[in-house]
Amino acid sequence: MSINKKANLVENILELEKLEQVPIRNGYGEGLVEAGEKYPSVVALCADLTESTRTEAFAKKFPDRFVQMGVAEQNLASVASGMAAMGKIPYISSYAMFSPGRNWEQIRTTICYNERHVIIAGAHAGISVGPDGATHQAIEDIAITRVIANMTVIAPSDVHEAHKATFAAASLGGPVYIRFAREKTPVYTTPDTPFEIGRAEIFWEGKDPKVALVACGPSVHNALLAAKKLSEEGIGVVIINNHTIKPMDEKTIIDVAKKTGALVTIEEHQINGGMGSAVAEVITRNIPVPIEFVGVQNRFGESGTPIELVEKLGMGVDSIVQAAKKVIQRK
Amino acid sequence: MHLHDDKIKELEETANKIRESLIDELVEAGSGHSAGPLGMADIFTLLYFHTLKHDPKNPDWEDRDRLVLSNGHICPIQYAAMAHAGYFPVEELKTLRKFGTRLQGHPHRTSLPGIETTSGPLGSGLSQAVGMAIASRMDGKKNFIYCLMSDGEHDAGQTWEAVMLAGREKLWNLIGIIDRNNIQIDGMTEDIMPLEPFRAKYGAFGWHVIDANGHDFMNMHMAIEQAQVVQEKPTVIIAHTIPGKGVAYMERDYLWHGKPPTKPEEIKQALHDLRTLGGRIQSEHQ
Repeated sequence: MSINKKANLVENILELEKLEQVPIRNGYGEGLVEAGEKYPSVVALCADLTESTRTEAFAKKFPDRFVQMGVAEQNLASVASGMAAMGKIPYISSYAMFSPGRNWEQIRTTICYNERHVIIAGAHAGISVGPDGATHQAIEDIAITRVIANMTVIAPSDVHEAHKATFAAASLGGPVYIRFAREKTPVYTTPDTPFEIGRAEIFWEGKDPKVALVACGPSVHNALLAAKKLSEEGIGVVIINNHTIKPMDEKTIIDVAKKTGALVTIEEHQINGGMGSAVAEVITRNIPVPIEFVGVQNRFGESGTPIELVEKLGMGVDSIVQAAKKVIQRK
Repeated sequence: MHLHDDKIKELEETANKIRESLIDELVEAGSGHSAGPLGMADIFTLLYFHTLKHDPKNPDWEDRDRLVLSNGHICPIQYAAMAHAGYFPVEELKTLRKFGTRLQGHPHRTSLPGIETTSGPLGSGLSQAVGMAIASRMDGKKNFIYCLMSDGEHDAGQTWEAVMLAGREKLWNLIGIIDRNNIQIDGMTEDIMPLEPFRAKYGAFGWHVIDANGHDFMNMHMAIEQAQVVQEKPTVIIAHTIPGKGVAYMERDYLWHGKPPTKPEEIKQALHDLRTLGGRIQSEHQ
């Protein structure tokens, strides 16, 4: 086993059937309540999805600090900007497809250009939304948020990390986008796993590594399963949990590119403009090594279980293994 | 606060100085909107020189009233009013829209102290004002949030999202002022997207509605005073204004919505109209 001990991950991390499975969005609900307890200026706004986005716990605990917005995401973003102008720290939640999807310009102008500290929580991001189908599967949200100046973009990989990211965003300042997956995904980190916005974590360090797998969101655990397979075939791997897409931890990415000479990026997002593209922007400027991109390839999703969809769209464990072998050959 | 006759005369003179500064600004910049800003000169004058609780020397004063300009494209008139009120030197108005200026083509909050929010894309100002009013009320503050809007931006769905929320929240501390000049870029509002019955629409969403003459200081002042004492409801003042007010050839002509005067005779005529109050007095330059 080549798991980084310092990461304090759970035992049996590679035995999928033994891992607890919890929706990542639950971490938003927990982190929001914790932020609300610590900072009296934290307020929450939600666009008619209070239970689903897990804003409910905050709304019950702090009813005077919760604003129900109705199905009005453009208003959601700009009202939050106005509240931030008066010193509040608003957390706004909806499905990622609608916020930051439908209200992108309001986020750009009234939050980002206006330099307001608003945390945008996009639920149901990625393909693992599952049965709801393509209309509700946000696979463009990283691209449209990271392209806006002043924005921080985070994709937590499990419920604990989502909790930490949500809480940490309260003291960050400036606009923050955090994306959350819908369906249950493996809980493989622990409350003691280090987490800092803007710092990538090394979760796996194989001997004499030939390739680095750089992943974010639920794809990190798939990368771990792929690393196991690759190790069994004698291929050493490094795994980076690249949860903060912007500002990216360039040093860690460059170091790992130097060490391995080849990268594979993995994300539940279009490969155009997503986390992998952001990694490529860093790599081409600093240490050009071959990169393979695992993600959605210029198509829309569809209904199905998360596992079925991840497999069909070419983001499963075997796809990661194939991409790793391919990129090593390209060296 | 009472508005007496001497004060009204003073406001009229100030408004005219602000209009002149506006024409100077636009001519110097070579681009920008004419009609809307001219039509709002009186209202901006009333707000900055009588109504607002503010301190130009301390623009971040926490308990100040907030003035949100939603239709950011008329910012040259806000800049002119702010300069005359003492936020920055009048001379700086000449930098409008130029490289390195604090007076951006559309207002940018972090560029210029005293600007409450960045605006330009229509339809989002009222939402921000609603957010400010909700937050202000949470903290038990007594200040007012004023939101200036155009009539044209009521085509945007987001404006009505904000109208609905303000009504539900009974935001007594929110006062909307609509520049009802009946024009937008492509023509007359009622031809492009009818807004009438405007009054009834706001009323149906739970607002207190007042119609006022946007060029009559006493009338506008009384409308604002009434708005300030309305309990349990936000108020909107539909301020009837004349686009291009003060420059005869621009008045009520939508073609002047989005451009400044450029030909020498146009500029001369505009300034002459303003300096003579439309021929009623003699210009100091005559």
